[in-house]
Formats: sequence, C-alpha cells, structure tokens
Amino acid sequence: MAFPEPKPRGPELPQKRLKTLDCGQGAVRAVRFNVDGNYCLTCGSDKTLKLWNPLRGTLLRTYSGHGYEVLDAAGSFDNSSLCSGGGDKAVVLWDVASGQVVRKFRGHAGVNTVQFNEEATVILSGESEAKAGGPEVPPLPPKSDLPFLPAPPGSIDSSIRCWDCRSRRPEPVQTLDEARDGVSSVKVSDHEVLAGSVDGRVRRYDLRKGQLFSDYVGSPITCTCFSRDGQCTLVSSLDSTLRLLDKDTGELLGEYTGHKNREYKLDCCLSERDTHVVSCSEDGKVFFWDLVEGALALALPVGPGVVQSLAYHPTEPCLLTAMGGSVQCWREEAYEAEDGPG
Amino acid sequence: MAAQDSDSDEDLVSYGTGLEPLEEGERPKKPIPLQDQTVRDEKGRYKRFHGAFSGGFSAGYFNTVGSKEGWTPSSFVSSRQNRADRSVLGPEDFMDEEDLSEFGIAPKAIVTTDDFASKTKDRIREKARQLAAATAPIPGATLLDDLITPAKLSVGFELLRKMGWKEGQGIGPRVKRRPRRQKPDPGVKVYGCALPPGGSEGSEDEDDDYLPENVTFAPKDVTPVDFTPKDNVHGLAYKGLDPRQALFGTSGEHFNLFGEGPEGASNLLGDIGVNKGRKLGISGQAFGVGALEEEDDDIYATETLSKYDTVLKDEEPGDGLYGWTAPKQYKSQKESEKDLRYVGKILDGFSLASKPLSSKKIYPPPELPRDYRPVHYFRPVVAASSENSHLLQVLSESAGKPMHDPGTHSRHQLNASKRGELLGETPIKGSATSVLEFLSQKDKERIKEMKQATDLKAAQVKARSLAQHASGSRAQPLPADVGHCSWHVALSGGTATTRASSFKPFAKDPEKQKRYEEFLVNMKRGRKDALEQCLDPSMTEWERGRERDEFSRAALLYVSSHSTLSSRFTHAKEEDDSDQVEVPRDQENDVSDKQSAVKMKMFGTLTRDTFEWHPDKLLCKRFNVPDPYPDSTLVGLPKVKRDKYSVFNFLTLQETASLPPAQGSSEKVPQPRAPDKSRKPSRWDTSKQEKKEDSISEFLSLARSKVGPPKQESSPSVKKEEEHVSESLSDQMVNKEVDSQPEGEGSRPSMDLFKAIFASSSDEKSSSSEDEQGDSEDDQAGVREADFKSSQETDLVETSSGAHDSKLPPQDPAPSFPIQKMQIDQREEFGPRLPPVFCPNARQKLETPQKEKHKKNKEKHKTKKEHRRRKEKKKKHRKHKHKGKQKNKKSEKSSSSESTDSSDSQSDDEGTADLSPQELLRR
Repeated sequence: MAFPEPKPRGPELPQKRLKTLDCGQGAVRAVRFNVDGNYCLTCGSDKTLKLWNPLRGTLLRTYSGHGYEVLDAAGSFDNSSLCSGGGDKAVVLWDVASGQVVRKFRGHAGVNTVQFNEEATVILSGESEAKAGGPEVPPLPPKSDLPFLPAPPGSIDSSIRCWDCRSRRPEPVQTLDEARDGVSSVKVSDHEVLAGSVDGRVRRYDLRKGQLFSDYVGSPITCTCFSRDGQCTLVSSLDSTLRLLDKDTGELLGEYTGHKNREYKLDCCLSERDTHVVSCSEDGKVFFWDLVEGALALALPVGPGVVQSLAYHPTEPCLLTAMGGSVQCWREEAYEAEDGPG
Repeated sequence: MAAQDSDSDEDLVSYGTGLEPLEEGERPKKPIPLQDQTVRDEKGRYKRFHGAFSGGFSAGYFNTVGSKEGWTPSSFVSSRQNRADRSVLGPEDFMDEEDLSEFGIAPKAIVTTDDFASKTKDRIREKARQLAAATAPIPGATLLDDLITPAKLSVGFELLRKMGWKEGQGIGPRVKRRPRRQKPDPGVKVYGCALPPGGSEGSEDEDDDYLPENVTFAPKDVTPVDFTPKDNVHGLAYKGLDPRQALFGTSGEHFNLFGEGPEGASNLLGDIGVNKGRKLGISGQAFGVGALEEEDDDIYATETLSKYDTVLKDEEPGDGLYGWTAPKQYKSQKESEKDLRYVGKILDGFSLASKPLSSKKIYPPPELPRDYRPVHYFRPVVAASSENSHLLQVLSESAGKPMHDPGTHSRHQLNASKRGELLGETPIKGSATSVLEFLSQKDKERIKEMKQATDLKAAQVKARSLAQHASGSRAQPLPADVGHCSWHVALSGGTATTRASSFKPFAKDPEKQKRYEEFLVNMKRGRKDALEQCLDPSMTEWERGRERDEFSRAALLYVSSHSTLSSRFTHAKEEDDSDQVEVPRDQENDVSDKQSAVKMKMFGTLTRDTFEWHPDKLLCKRFNVPDPYPDSTLVGLPKVKRDKYSVFNFLTLQETASLPPAQGSSEKVPQPRAPDKSRKPSRWDTSKQEKKEDSISEFLSLARSKVGPPKQESSPSVKKEEEHVSESLSDQMVNKEVDSQPEGEGSRPSMDLFKAIFASSSDEKSSSSEDEQGDSEDDQAGVREADFKSSQETDLVETSSGAHDSKLPPQDPAPSFPIQKMQIDQREEFGPRLPPVFCPNARQKLETPQKEKHKKNKEKHKTKKEHRRRKEKKKKHRKHKHKGKQKNKKSEKSSSSESTDSSDSQSDDEGTADLSPQELLRR
C-alpha cells in the first residue's frame, strides 16, 4: 500500500517457441493471421491454403483449388471469406465454412499479394512479375541462390487490381497500373491503398483525397505496411534496410538495419503496439528493433533457412514465422499455455 | 314520422322483416345469443361455411360425404348382365340437391348469365337488326333473336364511351367547325406557294368572330353501310309490309326512297313502344283501309316527283353542324365574294393569284462554229519536270497553246500528295513520303549537285535528239514520239535494260505484257517509234495514252531497280496512329536527384511525387468514401497525348530503365531524334522509316540488347553497328526511292547517283544486312549474335567503313580511343543526354583500356549467352528459370569480379561524384 504499484513492464517480445506446425504443404509461402488473431492461414507451394488454430496446432480446413502455388492470402473482417492469390494468375475468393471457391478473378500475370478492404467488398491484388524473376519467394528446398532480378521495366504490365466481390463483374473495378515493375506488397486501410513495387517506389493511393503519393526508396521494395496508428508506413527493401516513413510527408523517421534481405521477398511488420519493428531475415532470424530508438532489440533465431514470412498478432505479443515447410508460433516468455502443453 | 305515416302509407319503403307485434303483458323475448345462431340447411343439418359463403360441399358429416363412414362404394354391378345400364357418373351425382338449387354452385334454373345481361342496348346493332327484321320474309322474326343474342357491349364501345364518345357521334377529336380552309399557323413554316394576300380571309375572320372559341363539334358519324347482299327477286328497294305499320297501325307515312336524313331514319326505326297505344290490326297500302280504321286518306298514294330529290346535294345531310344551328345570315357569306375573273371551279384550298406570272425568257442555244466536230481528242501529256521542260515547251508551242502550268500533270502521273496539293490540303506531317527527307542537309546538297549534273547531261542529249528529230520527220504530228525520246534517253542511259525483261509488270494481262515486251525489244534496238509501234491500233486514243504512260514508266522503273528488293518492301497499310501516344500527364521523373536524396537520407519532399489520381466511382463506393472528383469521368492518372517519338517519352522510359541495377545506362538511352537533320542517321531513324509499330517494349528490348555488354563493347563494334545502320539506311533509301518512283516523280536521279553516295558496301553485303533489318526489331539479339560472329571480320569491315567514313562527315573515333571518348561521341550522336552523367571512373578506365579491350571478347560471349538465357527463361517453366537464374547470378558475379571498374550499370548509374571508395569496394 505504501509502495507504489510496480511500473508496468515494457512490452514483451515473443521469443518463446510455443508450437511448430508442420504444415505438410510444401514450402509455406506466407503465413497470415485472421482478423482477430485466433486463426492463421498458411499458403503452401502445393497449391493449397490451410486454416489453422496456431495455438493449439490444429488444422481446421484445407482449401484446394489453386492451380499453382499460393503466394498470399487474407481473411475478411467477419471471418466469412478468404481470398488468396498465387502463381496461377487467379485471385480466389473462398467461403470459409464450406471451403468452396466462391469466385475466381483472372487477368493477372501471377498474383503476389492480396488484401481485402475493410468491408471485404473489394479484393486488391498486386501483380507479381512472375516471368522474369520478379520478387522471389524462396524455392522449395530453401537456400538456393536466387538473385532478385527485377523485371525488365515495361515488359509486363504490373498493376494492382481491385476486384469487386459484390457484383459478378469479371473484370476489375479499377487497375492501378502506375507501378513500373512488379507489385510486391499491397496493404489497405479504410481509405488508402499502400503498394510497394519492385521499381523502388512506395505508392499510396488516397481514395478520399484522390491523390497518389509516390515515395522513392530506390531499392526494390519487398514489403510495406501501415503502422497501427495509421501515421507511418514501414518499408522494407532489398538493400537490407527497413525504413519508417511518415505517411503524410514521406519523411524518413527511422531506419533499421542489421538483418539480411538481398534476394527474397520477405515480410516485415510492426508489433502489436507499434513498439517494435519486426522483419524476417535471410539468415534464419527474425529481427526486432525498437521503433523509436532504432536499436536492435532482439534477433530471434528461428532456424537454418530463410524466414520467409511472418505475421504478428493484432493484439497480443504473438508471432508466426514461416520457414521451409513449417510454421512456428512464438509467444512472450511469461505466456502460459491455457490448455495443456502445446 | 307520425305525420308521414298519416300522409301516405303506400309511399313508405320498408327494409328488412318487421318485428312481430308484441302482445300485451308478454315479456319481450330474449334475443338468441350469438353462439346459438347457427346455420342449418333445410334438412336441419348444420351448414358449414367453407371459406367464402359459397362453394365446397357440406354433406353434414363434417366434410365427409353423405354417411358416417364416408364414401359408400357403389355396389357392384356385373357388366356381363346389364351392360347397357352402365352409367357414367357426372359430378352432379355427387352433389347435394342444395347445390343444384338456385343459389347453389350448379344451379339448374335458367338464368341469364352475365354474358347475356345487357347493360345498355347497342343501338346500331339494334337498328340493323330492326332493319333486317323489317326486310325479313317473316316480319318480326328477329324479335326472337333479342332473347338469345348477347347484348353485351364490346370493350371498344365501353372504352369509347369512357372517353366521352356518345352514340350518334363520329369518332375522332372534336373539331371547331367543319374543316374548310385551314388558316396557316403563324408559327409553322409554310412550304410551297403561299396564298396571295387579300384572299377570302376576311370572311373566315368573321366566322372566327362569331364562333366562340370553346364550341367544338363532334365529327360526323359514319353510317354503317349495309352490305347484305340482295338475294331475293324483289325489285330494288322493295320493302315488305312494315310490321309496325301493319301490326300497330302507324300513321300512313309514305316511304321516301331517299330518307330525309337521320330524323327520317329514326322515325322509320323508332321505338316500337311509341305506338303501343295503337290498336292492333293490319293496315297498309296493300291492304287498303280496314273496317276499323278511321283514317282513310291516302288510300291510293300517288307517287309524285316532288317526293324525290331532283338535285344531287351535298352528301352530308344537314349542314354539318351537329347540334349547332348557326344563324342563317352567317352562313355561306363567303359565297358572295367570288372571283369572277376565273370561269370554272376553283379548287378548295386554292385561290386565284392576284399578280399574273411573268413569262419566261428563252435564250437561243449558242451557235456552233462551222468547223466543229463533236469528237474529243486527248493529247498525250508529258509531265512537266525539270527533265523534260524543254520538251514540254516545244510541245506546247507546236500545239499552239500557251505554256503549261507547271502544276498540271497528266492524271496518271499525279500521286496522292500532288493531288492533295492541287486541292489545297495541308500535307501530312508525320509521314515522310520520301527517303530523301531523312537525308541530312549535306547529303541532300550532294544529291542535288549530282542531279544537276545528270540533268545537264540529259538536257544535252535531249537537245541533240530534238534537233535530230526536227531535221528528220517534221511531218509527224504526234508529240508522244518526242515524249518518248526522253524515256529512250533515260533508258539507254540506264545500266541494265536486260533485267527488265525478266520482270513482268503486266503479267495479269498477257496481251499487254506482250506489247510491253515488244516495246522493250524495240527500245533495245534503239528505235524511236518503239512505243507507237507496239501499241494496239484498235485501242482508243485515251487507252493508248494511258498505256504509253504505263509502258514508259514501267520501263523506267523496272530497269533501274531490283525487282526483288522492291517486291520485298511495302508501304505501311496504316498510318501510325498520328504519332501520338497516351502518356500519363505526370511522370515520376528525375531519379538521379532522388537517388542522391535517398543516399543523403533526405526523404520527404525530394523523394515524393504527388499526383492527382482518380479512383473509380465504384471503388469509392465500396470503400465508403465520397468520390473526390465527382464530376470527372476520368479513372486513374490524368493522361495527355504526346508525340510518340518525343524526347519526353524517352525521358520517362529512361527513368524506369535506369532503375534496375543490372542494366547499364550510358548506351541504352533511346535518344530522340534531334530537331535538325544535320546529324548522322541513327538506328532510331531506321525504325521510324520502317513505320513499324514501335511499342515501348520493342524499344526497351532494343535498349537492353544494346545494354547487355554495357561498356565492354568497344568502339569497333559500335562503329560497325553504325555503319550497318547507315548501310541499311542507304538501302532503304534506294528502296524508298524506287517505291516513290511510280508515284510519278518525274525527275529522279539515276542509280549511279546513289551508288556514288553510298558506294561503301557491295551489293551482297547490303542485301544481307537488309535481311537482318527485315527481321523484327526485337530480334536484335540475333543481330548482335551475327555481329559477334563477324567480330573476327571486324577488321575487314573496318576498312570498308573507313572508306565510307571518308565520304560521310567526320564522326567516329578510332577504335583505339578510350571509352570515355566513345561515350562523348555517342552523346553527340544521339542528341542531348538526359541525366547528367558524371564519370568518375573515367580515370580508371583510362588506366586500363588495354585490359578492357582484351576482355572485351570474353565479355561479349558472356553477355550474349545471358541474353539467350533470358529469352529462354521467359518461355520456360518456372523451375527451369530458377536454375537459369542461378547460373545467371553466377555469371554476373564473375563478371563483376572480373571488372572492378563497375562494369555493371548500377554503379554506372549511381556513378556520381560522392561515391566513396568504400562503396565502390562493396560493389
């Protein structure tokens, strides 16, 4: 009573390996949380998409219907539908419960990234440049020296396409074809579309203002994301650097280096409370930087291969990483599994 | 109430059943409670209401049939014994008797159904029926029909009546008065002749004054024509005994043959009931006056002519004013002012003209000159050009005509552009019609000089031949002979006449071809009248003139050109879409600035581009965002049209092309063509000349193929390329020239002229390069390969190009020049360079030029392989691609390790001054 309450501890980083899911679907190209973080999706190179409970490690459903490896997936806000895209040039809208393909949107030349908008009425898909060695996903036996060759500019139309889920229109609502090279990353906020392209630019389409902001970073961009407060954008590029840019002005707020990202399309994100910047690395680690100070907080060793993808829980310090054919679930040290071991 | 009662009991109308009068002392009955008010049928059974108050069977046993058990099956009847009794059960067999009663579902009583219930009588039909009844053999027989035939009005009647139509009126809009002369509406244009002023409008105005505006009349009714055929043997218009007259004994009216109008008709067929009060009895002419008849007048009616119409009146009975009787003094007032000048009837709507027509003046036809012959003679026309202007002059003088306007040509010799000129069109700018336009100024001058020289020569020869001819046969009037002399001269001056015979320009028409060959043979023999001789004498003058033109041109054309070459090239079928491409209005420009900004970590305004961007309306809707540009139909970035080959396009392309780190920047710039033509023709010109659809990708692939060995490409090869280009250019020029020739450029420098200018290469070489040029542009890798194969022969080519250089303006550095120099030269060659290239590595390069040259070949090998691999990769599967890329990477690595001086383009690109050595090392 006389003593003051202990100061609330700083945010803990997920560094305890809670579970390892052997996905059994070839290389896991991407791992994504659903909207509330209770489930996760894994995109496999064996053309399947799987829905898991990552904490329990149970496979809930397998969605098969892609014709080529699945490169990205996203879940809708109400968990009723999923969208995924892959090398088969199709964006697929799935019904979660039945596992059926609701719609297939075609027209892309290889889909690199997909996102729902806030109300899951539009799917935005970024076109990969899959023909001439665009943003590479690590090959199935990981660890082969694939150069990240940018596509010859202009040779293939690389664009972001907005597909309408409501109508039966086969063609996209709008095609954002300002990118001169493959679009490696697309993120959507309530009124913005953030796209990183291999041509070294981050483009932010503001629907409300009707403006396009293009920030030049120089190096091919592998991943972009908004900060959770919507003020900043995090940009990772192939020069092994993460940059935190002010959304409105484009000014550089922070730079985070130390990891290795020279060849592959690796994910990055911010922690659940915007305290840390998290990024995959090609040396088998996940790097955590303090957002404000820019100092390396943690280099979490995951395994020998390339950490291909990661996903951060929306509210809790929980991290999913994908390496090779397996997905690891990480929690903070103090975390106790609620129901039994594993 | 009491008063009313007392007044009149009979007048009261009472509804319902009255209550029984109460007896005294009796207590009033209690009303039956509601639950006890049941409905029973006449047998005392409860009646159940099924849905509405009718329908459904109620059999007493709660919806079952007659008995408690339900259906009782009909007892078995052996069909063997009483076959005949087999009765078919109808629905009535299963009905109760109540159902067959008056209010049941199948009433047996005879009632008039709705179809036959008449609301209002159809009078017209009634009339017709009565007419029929009157004329029927048995009078009144149709009365029976009244009972049977339905009297329901048709829907049309109902509708018409709803619209305000009344019986007896015609159908149509109500009119103001009988349409007479329509006064033209002042707002409406009147076509045709207008009525002369001062007509009979005054009277109409009076009418207007009199008739109020709001009085309208229904149009006239059309009386139905009785189409009943006459099938009896009675006389015309015979009518039997009128049943009414006969039966009811009407007054002795006489029939009018032509009834006196509607009144008469209605009298005739008036209501029967009118005569109801009459006594019955048969009366009529035929029967005389009965004993009971009182009136005995008109026993024997005398037919007087006064009862008949003697004048054919207006067809319409009455005055046409239905229900409106105008006062008499307003009627027919306009009759008074009749035009008396005109005897005869003036048609309705016309009036006499007030002014008489002026008579037409007739001019006599011009008188023909006395010696006029009605046959036209076409003179053969010699095109006016510098070559045969003398000839023309002579011709025109001999014909006694003034000098030809130099612009007038024979119609066969005009080409499209010249015709356009004559018509005053502005020439199309984008498409150069002749290769000559692509020549530089100096070359043009050169050509001009040569041309003048040849012209001089030709003029001399011509003069000689003219003199010869003048001395020879003066009597020959045909100027064509003189004309073909010049061709003759040209042909004999040409190199190879024999080649022409191998080509058949008129292969479609064998006779013509024969004549043409004959002409050629004559030409070869040197006969001056060759052309005249070989022509078909049976042809008309005009055809001859045409063929003369054709032959001479064909001879000129096919002698001097390679027929094979000319057949290989065609004009572009479609114009390049006006050399315009849609280009985004705003472009992300000046990467170099941004790169340096990125290096200095000066993110923000330096690295940011902001554009106006129009989201799709639907997208805004889906995002729940108001459309930022609600008025614009634009989607995406606003675009502008720009010149296809504009500098700016390449600027933007350049920007994107320089982004990837693996590509060079110095050479690949597809430089736009400079505004003046004084510079040397470059590769880009050739592509323009070929008028191919040069898509951006083609340009890029070109650029990439050029970039492949970025700097190791030594000057000889570059030079070779240039030379190659110039060769192909020269070839194309020749071809273009050949192509443009048939369009009728009268003056054309001979082949020798071109040879003199572009004599650097032999024919075979040029044709081989022609082949390469003929291939598609994006096949440049192949070209490069060829280049490489012949790299051993470079020296050989070098010598030839040396000769070639001597004739062209000084341009190329010697092969041993350092590379930096070469770059500068390139810059000169391709016009302004875009990003300011700062070359810090120049010193390094200068230090190691020998080494580089040494490596050059190897590098070429590698880059070539790389190209091939890349191509394969595109086609192959992804898996293969991985492997390919591995190799690729390795090769790249090795190459980069080999040449430390930043042979890869990235460093070149970023080769700005602030490159620290550390950075250099890192690369």
